[in-house]
Amino acid sequence: MSFESELSNGNFCIPKCTNCTKIVWPPSEFCDGCYGIVSLLKGNFEGEIIEFSQDSHGYFCMVEFVEKIRIMARKKEQPQIGQIVKISTCGIKDESYFFEII
Amino acid sequence: MNKVGIVATGITPFTMDDKKIESVLLESTKELLKNNPSIPKNEIDSVIVSTNNNSKYLSPILSEMIGIKPKIAHSIENLCNSGTNSIVSGYSYIASGLADLVLISGAERYDSPGQILDWDNSRGAFKHPIFWASIFTSAYKREFSIKDEDLAIISVKNHKHAQKNPNALSKKTYSINDVINSKAITGDLKLLDCSRSCTGSASILLASEKIAKEISDNPVWITGIGQKTISAGFTKNDSLSSMESTKISSKNALKMAQKEIEQIDVAEIHDAFSVCEPMALESIGFTNSGNGLKFAKELHESDNFKINPRGGLIGSGHPLGATGIAQTIEIVQQLQSKAHNRQVENAKTGLVHNMSAAATSSTVLVLET
Ligand SMILES: [Zn+2]
Repeated sequence: MSFESELSNGNFCIPKCTNCTKIVWPPSEFCDGCYGIVSLLKGNFEGEIIEFSQDSHGYFCMVEFVEKIRIMARKKEQPQIGQIVKISTCGIKDESYFFEII
Repeated sequence: MNKVGIVATGITPFTMDDKKIESVLLESTKELLKNNPSIPKNEIDSVIVSTNNNSKYLSPILSEMIGIKPKIAHSIENLCNSGTNSIVSGYSYIASGLADLVLISGAERYDSPGQILDWDNSRGAFKHPIFWASIFTSAYKREFSIKDEDLAIISVKNHKHAQKNPNALSKKTYSINDVINSKAITGDLKLLDCSRSCTGSASILLASEKIAKEISDNPVWITGIGQKTISAGFTKNDSLSSMESTKISSKNALKMAQKEIEQIDVAEIHDAFSVCEPMALESIGFTNSGNGLKFAKELHESDNFKINPRGGLIGSGHPLGATGIAQTIEIVQQLQSKAHNRQVENAKTGLVHNMSAAATSSTVLVLET
């Protein structure tokens, strides 16, 4: 399964090189360091809110996971800088990834 | 390396007009050629078109429309800094001896596809530039204890400057209260904090030293170039309150020109959103971290046009592919003392800062008479 097919099923995976163990972000079939094949780590990963703002639909946050994997994610409740969060919903809609955190 | 000079410019008003990109492109090119009848049109041996428009083969099209047959003709797209990337490419053709006379024309429509970087999925559903700008603004305000009314000075200043630029999109001045009470785009961004995508075109002619001296009385020389690409994706920016690519670009451009920042008399800064101007001023080295707004406010209060004399992107409008060229034209006019009522006195050395996609890449140019 590719990162995107996992994401379409609502699973956020962390791509990691099978050769040099580097975390590869954004997701890619090949490692950006050694061009080795990338595998997907599954789990209920914790991230940290490093910045946020809001629009008429709620808050949007920059969240950092292990080894500087960063995403922009929606959050319903008031975020705090440094808050530890998990992805509650994710997927692909209109060819764009989307993430929601709690 | 051959020396490279700017020998002619052409620019037309920025508007919200719905016109074909080919017509927009021709406007400023025609202006350049009309204003400089001594230019040997048939000796233009390279034509570079700067745009994010999806139309194809625009450089050969432009060449045919102005009746020339150049050796080199192609387009350059690099989002918002396509313009200065085109100038750097034209510079390189001349410096290397591949060309002697390079026409660079930038054009964009108000509905440019260059506003959204579809590839950057790490932004999730937040791909419009207002989202990175909101994150930058929130981070900058947090780090330096800045209030919305402090930030509003950038929009107030740049709309004020734009009133002295006949080609600017903005036709109105605004107060601090107008800015902070303008429509909230996000919690950290007001409508008047944003530059507007618009229809516009700007053209410049580069020449080798020999030809520049033959066809121009007062060429402006490109003496410093610095460029840096950190990433394509916004979330790869380590700092959200400074611009790493701009720091590296300006350091290298100043080093190449053998100039110190104190020697820069006038500068065009890429103020896509209000927060970008203080961030860039600090990253270029005009002032220390956190002092960019104080620096801009002092200029505004003393009516000093040193930074963004034409009104920046906020006042002039932002036709993406034309912006870097329009910025460069402003510095050329300033250095040639042709900037009319927005002239910065005794300007001898100028700087252009043009960036793309949340400062993931930057170009800085140093120009001198
Ligand atoms: Zn690897």
